[in-house]
Amino acid sequence: MPAVEVDHLVVRYGSLVAVDGVSFDADAGEVVALLGPNGAGKTTTVETLEGFRRADAGAVRVLGLDPWSDHTKLTARIGVLLQRGGIYPVMNAERAVRLFATYYEDPRDPDELIDLVRLRPVARTPYKRLSGGEQQRLALALALVGKPRVAFLDEPTAGVDPAGRIAVRDVVAGLRSDGVCVILTSHELDEVQRLADRVIIVDHGRVVAAGRQGEIQGDSQELRFAAEPGLAIGELSARLGAAVTEEQPGEYLVSTPPVPALVAELAVWLAERDLPLGDLRAGRQRLEDVFLRLTGSGVAEPTSRACDGASSAPRRGNRKGRARR
Amino acid sequence: MNLRALRAQVAAETRMTLERGETLLVTLGIPIVLLVFFTLVPVLPTGTHHRVDFLAPGVLALAVMSTAMVSLGIATAFERSYGVLKRLGATPLGRPVLLTAKIVSVMVVEIIQVALLVGVALALGWRPHPAAGLAVIAVLLATIAFAGIGLAMAGALRAEVTLAVANGVYVILLLIGGVLFPLHELGGLASFARLLPTAALSDALHLTLGAGSSAPAQAWIVLALWAVAAPTVAAFSFKWE
Repeated sequence: MPAVEVDHLVVRYGSLVAVDGVSFDADAGEVVALLGPNGAGKTTTVETLEGFRRADAGAVRVLGLDPWSDHTKLTARIGVLLQRGGIYPVMNAERAVRLFATYYEDPRDPDELIDLVRLRPVARTPYKRLSGGEQQRLALALALVGKPRVAFLDEPTAGVDPAGRIAVRDVVAGLRSDGVCVILTSHELDEVQRLADRVIIVDHGRVVAAGRQGEIQGDSQELRFAAEPGLAIGELSARLGAAVTEEQPGEYLVSTPPVPALVAELAVWLAERDLPLGDLRAGRQRLEDVFLRLTGSGVAEPTSRACDGASSAPRRGNRKGRARR
Repeated sequence: MNLRALRAQVAAETRMTLERGETLLVTLGIPIVLLVFFTLVPVLPTGTHHRVDFLAPGVLALAVMSTAMVSLGIATAFERSYGVLKRLGATPLGRPVLLTAKIVSVMVVEIIQVALLVGVALALGWRPHPAAGLAVIAVLLATIAFAGIGLAMAGALRAEVTLAVANGVYVILLLIGGVLFPLHELGGLASFARLLPTAALSDALHLTLGAGSSAPAQAWIVLALWAVAAPTVAAFSFKWE
């Protein structure tokens, strides 16, 4: 039995569909990241798993329990880090961890936990006077104090300084080796690349890609280059025998394996027109490129998305509405 | 019920309440100042020969209102806006234990208030009737009623609005609650004021602590109705995030 099961989950806020048929599983000892732009439905998905919201359609199970109807039973076995806040502003780390420890039958040692998240030097500083990263690490400690079997970490590295990120990374690695299932959300690609075993890219409430990082990037090979905007890409495509698209003004993608002959041909074509080459990159797609392509978070609308460009305009509006919630 | 968690939560809630300066001003500072000032300075129509005999029960009613409604309401409203209530909802603490902890914590603070205020009043020459059992029941009913009002505000309004409304209601009920001068001085407003919990509590305390008799039936009915209605409204309207 997977630790977390999400099956065609739909969550609505009034007429707004925040999560639109998301499905995925996660096992014990696995770190799964939900990656997507703001308003993609990541937090809503996680909050449904935590039992804060009810599924409008589809089903979610955490450790075999329904998070909504078995909420009380489940709270003893999950750890939760909210996107922000959640802690008494006047309470210091030491008192907060000790207080939360009393909620659980067999808690972790509070002092050990404070050392683990590296808060010892500020253990007696009230929450409201901690830095953003320290606040996030205290929230992380509180998520772990009950020895959870599943940990939900909503944006665990948002606003966290580099030292804090290392602490978070160590903690997540420790959870993985203890067999804890970790579900985290992020909109930062670098962090996801470091933390997660598997990535689920979500946009507009739907899963647009999922898999281990290598799988998501796929085997597709490509060539990217930068030159002046507005090249005659039709002519260049014919010359190279491969589709060329101008993804953003002055940034071009050649969707074909970048064999040396192709690179040479491109160079010759540019040389004939006396056009300088700004940048040249060949090989497998970067996760960032996959993400930007799938979620359309780039500045300009790529030509390759022209087919769904018509539907993306009103959805943008939705996304703003969601952010206001 | 997890008793260890309940004890820890009561201790945490009480400590945070007693460490909040602005709360202490409303729960202890203002009642003590009013009691001492108007006992020593004869400007109010308190209606009795010994002013403290009228002022002490009224100020006790004010103290109950300040803790159970103002302090609890404002603190809970800010906990809601900081996401604390939401976060606690994801722990095994549970809402019944959290609510119990808050009520017990209110009662602990009330005991401290009563001890201080009674001490000051006795020093000012107050001689309450020794049979005060009914006064304790009146205070318990009023605590439930005021806590219901405070939580109803906290669960429905923004924290800043709760802060303003709770303090505003505090001042109005201070003026028309039989705290500083007798209700009959209010003229036509008196019959309306008697429908509110503060006047009902001060009525009950004046009679039980003053004469050792019970309060008029109306005061008990008003207190009981508020003690049922306010928590019911709070329970149905409370939004946890």
